[in-house]
Amino acid sequence: MSDISMGTTKHKKAWTAARKKNLAIDIFFYVLLTVIALICLFPVVHVFSKSISEESYVIANKVVLFPKGFSLNAYQKIFADSSILRSMFVTVVVTISFTVIGMFLTVCAAYALSRRELKGRKLMTFLIMLTMYFTAGTIPDYLLMNNLHMLDTWWCMILPLCFAPYNLLIMKTNFQASIPDSLVESAVIDGAGHFRILASIVLPLSKPILATIALFYAVGRWNAYQDALYYIKQRTDLRPLQLKLYYLVVSAQESFQAEGGNVGVLTNPEVLKAACVIFATLPIVCIYPFVQKYFVQGTMVGAVKG
Amino acid sequence: MMQTKKSKPKESLALYMKKNWQLYALMVLPLLFIFIFKYGAYFGLTIAFKDYKVAKGFADSEWVGFKIFEKVFRHRDFGKSVWNTLLLNILDLVFSFPMPIILALILNEIRCKWFKKLTQTLLYLPHFLSWVIIGALAYQLFSVSNGVVNNLISNMGGSPIPFLQDDTWWLISYILIGVWQSMGWGTIIYLAAITGVNPELYEAARVDGAGRWKQCLHVTLPCIRSTVVTLLIMNLGKVMQGSFERIYALMNAKATEYTTTIPVLVYRWGIEGGKFSEATALGLFQSVIGLILVLLADFIAKRLGEDGLI
Repeated sequence: MSDISMGTTKHKKAWTAARKKNLAIDIFFYVLLTVIALICLFPVVHVFSKSISEESYVIANKVVLFPKGFSLNAYQKIFADSSILRSMFVTVVVTISFTVIGMFLTVCAAYALSRRELKGRKLMTFLIMLTMYFTAGTIPDYLLMNNLHMLDTWWCMILPLCFAPYNLLIMKTNFQASIPDSLVESAVIDGAGHFRILASIVLPLSKPILATIALFYAVGRWNAYQDALYYIKQRTDLRPLQLKLYYLVVSAQESFQAEGGNVGVLTNPEVLKAACVIFATLPIVCIYPFVQKYFVQGTMVGAVKG
Repeated sequence: MMQTKKSKPKESLALYMKKNWQLYALMVLPLLFIFIFKYGAYFGLTIAFKDYKVAKGFADSEWVGFKIFEKVFRHRDFGKSVWNTLLLNILDLVFSFPMPIILALILNEIRCKWFKKLTQTLLYLPHFLSWVIIGALAYQLFSVSNGVVNNLISNMGGSPIPFLQDDTWWLISYILIGVWQSMGWGTIIYLAAITGVNPELYEAARVDGAGRWKQCLHVTLPCIRSTVVTLLIMNLGKVMQGSFERIYALMNAKATEYTTTIPVLVYRWGIEGGKFSEATALGLFQSVIGLILVLLADFIAKRLGEDGLI
């Protein structure tokens, strides 16, 4: 702060060595951060440019940062491939149901565990947190899914992971810190039940943390492919997008199946892969800047413990 | 007197339940979920001590004590997988841990608000990409024949580098990709800690003639020390865990030296190979060591006067 005021009052003062040094450090930091930020962005931009460039330029390795030529051939192929669209549909349905169920359970538990009136809340918290530090492991989880007859169903991607103790911890801490006890107590005295207090006092006051946790759930589900890899074996129509992408792009075990459209035109696999990556990333990249302010706030509160 | 004393708690319990039953109702579903999906899975751990046959099922398979563990510990891939898990995690810690601290300190020096916000947005981006996407990006960028990085190298007269096809280069790429993915997101927690530093401390330091470097060294760093120590210890507690998704998305047939880690071996033995008992035993071994390390880390953090995690 005082730097700025000093700067304005002594604006006409000569460039001392100290000020020159300060400016040099500033420039260095700005340049350094710009470079690092561009490194974070570059891979996505590069692949995006590849995906909309004309093939001949991509094959000749001429696309670096900006697209050369313009062609949406690869995207047409993707939209002609019904299995990719189906995967997108599966991912959207699973992500939405996962987030809704997860949020419901997390809000219920976080509110109840944040109230001192709840007897045995220490024990309940311990029972829930224990599962975070001691996990049964891949195979017991797999056998459980098998015993519940959930393998190769929608449910194996929705139910087992949708209630995350870590998110519960963040939300509980947040409720405790941001909802004044006196507010809840006066509502109790007025005869309001806990359902009503939760719905009409606590939730409206907690929008940032609700947005943050919902984002965590949604992004976590959108991005994960491990459980689908384990549990979805026979029903290829239930493969979420990330798993489909894994088979198509990373391990290249599957090829694109274009149906209808301009089948005659052969698209370079590199371009197709690039388009696939962008297709799967776009939803997240579009939503993310809008929720950024929420998750930064929310995580900062959670960061104090956990 | 006696009667009122006796009846009072009963009455208040009824009143208490009338007032608070909804709290317990709220806990029913979450606890049900935990018991079914987490504690339910714990039963599956018993097959680490059984000769599990799918045809016989859970209950009827024969108890064999620690025989499965002996078999697992003697397996030639076991030592390798433990070593690789530790190696990848420790290298990850050495390179990925300091970056967010350095970045947060630099971001703290930036006065221009829009620049700071824009940089942060870009820095957080990799955290939101899935490992499949990151794997796909890596193969596009680092490909030997047509990856953009190798093109640049050969344009400058160098020979192409097999970033993902050679064991040592694979390890380097794996670590660097991890740094790339996590460095921005990690700054959030440190920036939060820096925001909490009392501005008077900077004033006092400035009065004493401390420049920016001295302020950073003697004010900011000591103030975020406890956050750094807590996170470091907690990360040390996690050195036995491993990200299956990260390794699986980056591994290929050409570089296999470092990819045999515990989670990958569990997947190979159990899901692919159907050797459920062995895979469960290996997973249990990892979970138990992991739990011990976390508890140890928590204990040390508390002894050092920091907040523990548990």
